[in-house]
Amino acid sequence: MTALLEVQNLSVAYGAIEAVRDVSFAVGEGQIVSLIGSNGAGKTTTLRTISGLLRPKSGSILLEGKPITELAAHTILERGVAHCPEGRRLFGRMTVEENLHLGAYVRKDSGVAADMQRVYDLFPVLGQRRTQKAGLFSGGEQQMLAIGRAMMSRPRLLMLDEPSMGLSPIMTQRIFDTIKDLQAQGTTILLVEQNALAALALSDRGYVVDLGRTTLEGPGHDLLADERVRAAYLGED
Amino acid sequence: MATLLQQLINGLVLGGLIALIALGYTMVYGIIQLINFAHGEVFMVGGFASLATYSYVLPESWRDHGHWPIALPLMALGGAVVAVVLAVAMERLAYRPLRNAPRLAPLITALGVSVILKEAVRLWYPGATAPVPFPRAFVDEQFRFQLGEGTVTIGATAILMIVVSILGAIILQTYITRSRMGRAMRATAQDPDTARLMGVNPNRTIVLTFTIGGALAGLAGVLYGIHITNVDTEVGFLYGIFAFTAAVLGGVGSIKGAVIGGFAIGLIKTLSGQYLPGGTQYDLVWIFVLLIVVLVFRPQGLFGEPERVRA
Repeated sequence: MTALLEVQNLSVAYGAIEAVRDVSFAVGEGQIVSLIGSNGAGKTTTLRTISGLLRPKSGSILLEGKPITELAAHTILERGVAHCPEGRRLFGRMTVEENLHLGAYVRKDSGVAADMQRVYDLFPVLGQRRTQKAGLFSGGEQQMLAIGRAMMSRPRLLMLDEPSMGLSPIMTQRIFDTIKDLQAQGTTILLVEQNALAALALSDRGYVVDLGRTTLEGPGHDLLADERVRAAYLGED
Repeated sequence: MATLLQQLINGLVLGGLIALIALGYTMVYGIIQLINFAHGEVFMVGGFASLATYSYVLPESWRDHGHWPIALPLMALGGAVVAVVLAVAMERLAYRPLRNAPRLAPLITALGVSVILKEAVRLWYPGATAPVPFPRAFVDEQFRFQLGEGTVTIGATAILMIVVSILGAIILQTYITRSRMGRAMRATAQDPDTARLMGVNPNRTIVLTFTIGGALAGLAGVLYGIHITNVDTEVGFLYGIFAFTAAVLGGVGSIKGAVIGGFAIGLIKTLSGQYLPGGTQYDLVWIFVLLIVVLVFRPQGLFGEPERVRA
């Protein structure tokens, strides 16, 4: 099986500082794959490089075997890769509806209205407040909108950066349930999380990123059981 | 009473002109945080281009009063097209290479572009070392009405200025808030990186912004020319400063702010010139007094968003 996304020997530097060093991983079609690791490990940098916001120093990024490493950021989404960035990054001065419209910016088909309704069905609070400005929403609601916005492009690969950050445990559970639902509907997911326990529990595959390198990899459940992972990321001694 | 009404009309005409130019300032600032000091020059060149359309492009038989319904739209087209080409070329050649440079670099570049444009027109437009007359009696209808003892006059060109500026602002606002490209422009203004993640091509939205700003400045140029009946190379700087002040007063980045700021400055200039001690010698003082007072209490301007801190 060729992977939907393949990252090979990726290195990314900010000036002289190498944030990502020789990272390799693969995301199979229909899988949930998570990158876990502590703050500053290079997970966000990896996602930003995949979506073209950053340029790698070396290495390559393949989508269905074709390199997308050199593509401009605004053309990546058209290839089916949506990125729901860290900190949600909603357009706070625009309404829920406008944010969702922007999510569908590259689409020219007529299914946008139906997909918007699908987001409202999934997150009824967004439907009730569709004409309100996104900046007024709570953290959990903003995260729903950020995921909804990313879904609006009907991506084949959805990259989620810290979707549980700053959320209550109940809200975190809802977001993870949603991720599972999206997978069931056929979306492939690349998840970046500090909440390693929750992320690995629903992942088909996990990679541990530490100081810019992938140090461990394996099926989610194996990593959950791995002593080194438990010691380092799940707060057990 | 007649005097007051007359000055209100004069203020609205001046305000409309300033607002049309201020829209370009405010939109460009909103999207790339650049104060495009050369924007006033785009207005000036628009005026000269519309005059050139009249003098060198239109057939001689169209240059009389009776042909203005054909001639004027063509002059407006000529002025706007040249202004758009100029604004887009400016972005492509002068500002885009400096997109990631420290903010001061494009600012100084804008000042340089402004000087180049002014001197280029002065050197190469025939007779532009002095004010160049627009055809008099081209659009010269004047409407007069009695009010008490006095007479109020409003010219066709004055009506045109007020109508075009208000219509232009309404159309622009509708476009920005309702259309797909308008949403893309606002998204780029708020968060350029995330806009790119939505598939928005930043260069396309920036070029569109310069295009709209250039078109409005070009229109302002032709309206100014037929109203004042001449154009000279200094007007770009003068009205550029007014328009910049209007944009700051209204809140840079805000369309509504630019329009209201423009009309506020127009009205303050004419009313203070008429009624306040010192008359027209001090009218500029009052404009900047108002600006300072507003900025002391609302540094982001009347309708501006507080400065965004970029992550």
